[in-house]
Amino acid sequence: MKPKVAFFSFTSCEGCQLMFLNLEDQILDLLGAVEIVNFREAMKEVLSDEYDVAFIEGSVTRDSDAEEVKELRKRSKIVIAFGACAVIGGVNAIKNFQPLDDVRKYVYGDKWQTYETAVTRSLEDVIKCDGRIYGCPPDRKEILEVVTSLLTGKKPNIPDYPVCVECRLAENVCVFDKGLVCPGPVTRAGCGAICPSFGNKCIGCRGLVSDPNTNAEKDLLAERGLTVEDILKEFRMFDGLSEVSK
Amino acid sequence: MSEVNVRVHHLTRVEGHGNIVVDSKNGQVVDARFEIVESPRFFEAMIKGRRRNEVHFITSRICGICAVGHTSTSIQATENALGIEISQQARVLRKIVFYGEQLQSHVLHAYFLAAPDFVGAPSVIPLAAKAPEIVKRALRLKKMANRLCEVLAGRHVHPIAMMPGGFTKYPTTKELKSLKAELLSYSDDVDETVKLFASLPVPDFAHETEFITLKNSKEYAFYEGDLYSSDTKKTTRQIDYRTLIKETMVDYSTSKHCHANRDSYMVGALARFNNNFELLHPRARRAAEALKLKSVCYNTFMNSHAQVVEIVHCFEESVALIDLLIEMTVDLNEPLAEPARLSGRGVGACEVPRGLLIHDYTYEDGLIKEANLIIPTGMNLANMDANLRALAPKVMDKPHAEQELLMEMLIRAYDPCISCSCHLLHVEWV
Repeated sequence: MKPKVAFFSFTSCEGCQLMFLNLEDQILDLLGAVEIVNFREAMKEVLSDEYDVAFIEGSVTRDSDAEEVKELRKRSKIVIAFGACAVIGGVNAIKNFQPLDDVRKYVYGDKWQTYETAVTRSLEDVIKCDGRIYGCPPDRKEILEVVTSLLTGKKPNIPDYPVCVECRLAENVCVFDKGLVCPGPVTRAGCGAICPSFGNKCIGCRGLVSDPNTNAEKDLLAERGLTVEDILKEFRMFDGLSEVSK
Repeated sequence: MSEVNVRVHHLTRVEGHGNIVVDSKNGQVVDARFEIVESPRFFEAMIKGRRRNEVHFITSRICGICAVGHTSTSIQATENALGIEISQQARVLRKIVFYGEQLQSHVLHAYFLAAPDFVGAPSVIPLAAKAPEIVKRALRLKKMANRLCEVLAGRHVHPIAMMPGGFTKYPTTKELKSLKAELLSYSDDVDETVKLFASLPVPDFAHETEFITLKNSKEYAFYEGDLYSSDTKKTTRQIDYRTLIKETMVDYSTSKHCHANRDSYMVGALARFNNNFELLHPRARRAAEALKLKSVCYNTFMNSHAQVVEIVHCFEESVALIDLLIEMTVDLNEPLAEPARLSGRGVGACEVPRGLLIHDYTYEDGLIKEANLIIPTGMNLANMDANLRALAPKVMDKPHAEQELLMEMLIRAYDPCISCSCHLLHVEWV
């Protein structure tokens, strides 16, 4: 029997699900290999309430969503945290650095108490996940790597070295040499260093490598005349839940 | 007595989470609304204190489907606030990336989200078995749109090379020529799309309303123009948008409602078609004729057809603008334009796939101090409710399943983007 696969999203832009639909060359083959039983963004039919694999996009920013996530965990054999918001909190964690009530009042004015919200948590802060797809957005190749690994029972090959490695292979001019700051030296590779390859700097969307030399990175940035606050902002754009952003 | 009682929890095949609630009592409609239940996201607060070169990276994450739209509008607001003047090649390039997103989003909506309803399928997945050629064509067109954004801006979902002041990487003439050849190879697929949608039966419905879009005299406005209302036939400068658009909070929605010259208005492909029909590419006008779409059209269900017309237009315009870039010979080393000042207020407005999008920023000493965003789906919410209320009495004699399907189709026709609509705004309306 084909594995039952479901997609869910919590606080997010739903771009990760779109990246799955963007697998234009492979999606028909994938649809032949799995049975998609719940995918609200793309289909009306709900074919099962139990899942072999659930891909969950988004951060958890409401207590009611945390309950829903726990319920999905019970009904899924395998849960994959899908994308930066689920894995590391993503941009949703930026609001954690301001008092929550101030944020609510700024956006909703005198009706600020009408709408439920909470401090942003990653999916893994709420439930145990069996696998991760990094990035904002996730790279198509990594989505395919995880999906094919699930189908073949092997461990997905996800890099645990810095973006700099891929950036050098791409023969890019080092971002620091252009006078810009870059979280690349401590950010997990796997994106092919796509941002520096398009002339920009790494924005740290894949989170830190598991053993980052963050002090060296902070020294590197400080040498270029940036304040501690500037440096923290680099990390707090996507990775606000990590220790280094505190 | 005939009644209508429809409850759709978490409407499917739309971006984000929303519920439809329609009720009648003694044959009278007592309730008709589309509730937004997406979690609030607080982007206005999140960009406070951020620098000009990082704001759009954050606002792009409002929505994966309209990432280029948010990026473009965000960059415009920053450039207007800080007096950054961009080059002609940057402007042309931005427009092509923008058309790439229109194509991607419209193909996704028309084929994957809307079309299944017209043929009685729950989703595109059973269609892949029944009509594989149609699904393959949709995937080809989606890929074409993604390629435009990938070659020119790095990717569609959260573009990389677009920055205040220009691009961090410009395409070579060789890349542009090969992109044009690739694009042209999909021309037949564009024609087949028109034929397919011309063959789909559209529910009969008309609900007169106000249409608000950008407008300019040179082109079918997507990327630049003044705000224009079909009620007053007058334009309003972008910076003065608050004199035209008013916002109110409603208890049942985490998104605000908007109104202008009456209780509700519509934005999006149908609104653009109605307001700017004369400026469509001739091939797009022929497509409209084939689709039996005439300006002014008040049938909301035809919004997907207006999207198909825009697919033709954006296809042709992309080819023309790539030609223009080749002719101009792109300066690959052009640096990003610098700001003239570090403080000031600026508004950006674009016609993103779902309609008018406005970003309004105030910078102080190089950092964002105030931000306000108005999102197309937020603007359409009041009109969705008004449409549901208008449709409800017409469907009371129909079986419940058909009532529900028509209500779903009506809301889906707007192509709502709910993640986008939940960021709302810090506003002091006078």
